[in-house]
Amino acid sequence: MIIGSITDGIVIDHIPAGRGMELYHYLQLEQLECQVAVIKNAPSTKIGKKDIIKIGELIDLNLDILGFVSPRITINYIQNGERVKKRHPVLPEQIVGMVKCKNPRCITSIEQELPHIFVLTDREKGIYRCRYCDTRAK
Amino acid sequence: MRSLIDITDLSLAELDSLIATAQDIIAHPEKYAEACHGKKLATLFYEPSTRTRLSFESAMLELGGSVIGFSDAGNSSAAKGESVADTVRTVECFADIVAMRHFKEGAPLVASTFAHIPVINAGDGGHNHPTQTLADLLTIQREKGRLDTLTIGCCGDLKFGRTVHSLISAMSRYENIRFVLISPEELRIPENVRSEILDRRHIPYEETTDLEGAMPKLDILYMTRVQRERFFNEADYLRLKDSYILTPEKLKTAKSDLIVMHPLPRVNEISTAVDSDPRACYFKQVLNGKYIRMALILMLLEVTV
Repeated sequence: MIIGSITDGIVIDHIPAGRGMELYHYLQLEQLECQVAVIKNAPSTKIGKKDIIKIGELIDLNLDILGFVSPRITINYIQNGERVKKRHPVLPEQIVGMVKCKNPRCITSIEQELPHIFVLTDREKGIYRCRYCDTRAK
Repeated sequence: MRSLIDITDLSLAELDSLIATAQDIIAHPEKYAEACHGKKLATLFYEPSTRTRLSFESAMLELGGSVIGFSDAGNSSAAKGESVADTVRTVECFADIVAMRHFKEGAPLVASTFAHIPVINAGDGGHNHPTQTLADLLTIQREKGRLDTLTIGCCGDLKFGRTVHSLISAMSRYENIRFVLISPEELRIPENVRSEILDRRHIPYEETTDLEGAMPKLDILYMTRVQRERFFNEADYLRLKDSYILTPEKLKTAKSDLIVMHPLPRVNEISTAVDSDPRACYFKQVLNGKYIRMALILMLLEVTV
């Protein structure tokens, strides 16, 4: 399968295989007017298989959540066909609405309107815990 | 405007101040008799309670204030499906401060984010119970004369025992504290308490199933009940409920100045024969709970005497 390179835009690479569509929805990329490609199960020498998201425009996106999905993800900014910047995501202080608390004793289990919020409690180990009940995010 | 959701919401200086106020209330109750005149406490108890609710209510009454509330979710709009957020925004129209107990973990935190009056967590599921910890700290201070340099044995249900989690969190902030965690394998202390409190603060601790073996080392023995209401499986509860039963016989190897604590209610984990032992402090904890809750209400309502 051939997906052309982009002239200006963002390439999110080394996404763990199978998580690309989840990120596509979480980042609300379906709302963009520009071209967006999600490539699933691309071969990777580093991690075997990976997903890739290509966004055909240099836009301002909050990509902090990527750090929670995997610190190995790379974000490449492309301008005039050249990569002008590459970075790894940092762990966000909190994650809202991406992970559901699985603790049946948590208040979120009976109050559907409450946002599921996970707070970074250990940056070194990348541990997030439910803001309400302290259950660890999995 | 402050709330108390987790014991770590209070700094060590604030804990010291609360304990000092409680000691002053014990010594001079008349000074505080009208301190909260005209103020109302709402006790919102979605889960059964004897001690905590009556302790909060008597604390407010002894400060000259008054009390409204419910003691059963079935008697409130929660039975109609009202959210915690809506309930607390209704109650704040009538009261100056809320004490909430809820069977779901995090409910008082939710209440505090919507309320414009102080919310006190009076116990949320198996999660936290900070005012029990305040009662425990006051008891330890009064009985041992210090809050540092202590070996504390926590025995029983350490997995769902919210009072134990709050106690470990609070006592880990003092110097030279050591824990002996005594429980059946299935009811060991949760991983987050181990890794994020004990390990992170480099607090020495050991985990064991052997109460008798641990006994001679202890300055404090904190017994807990295996709580039927925390189990989804009755068979698991029945298998574990009699894991530890403290008797005068088992106390024979204990230090003479050990104190035996329990957040109550007990079922059978402390034999009634232990009650007459001068080392039994669990009913003193109940009384201390009222005084420290009086001090807490004063602090959160910013009332000075």
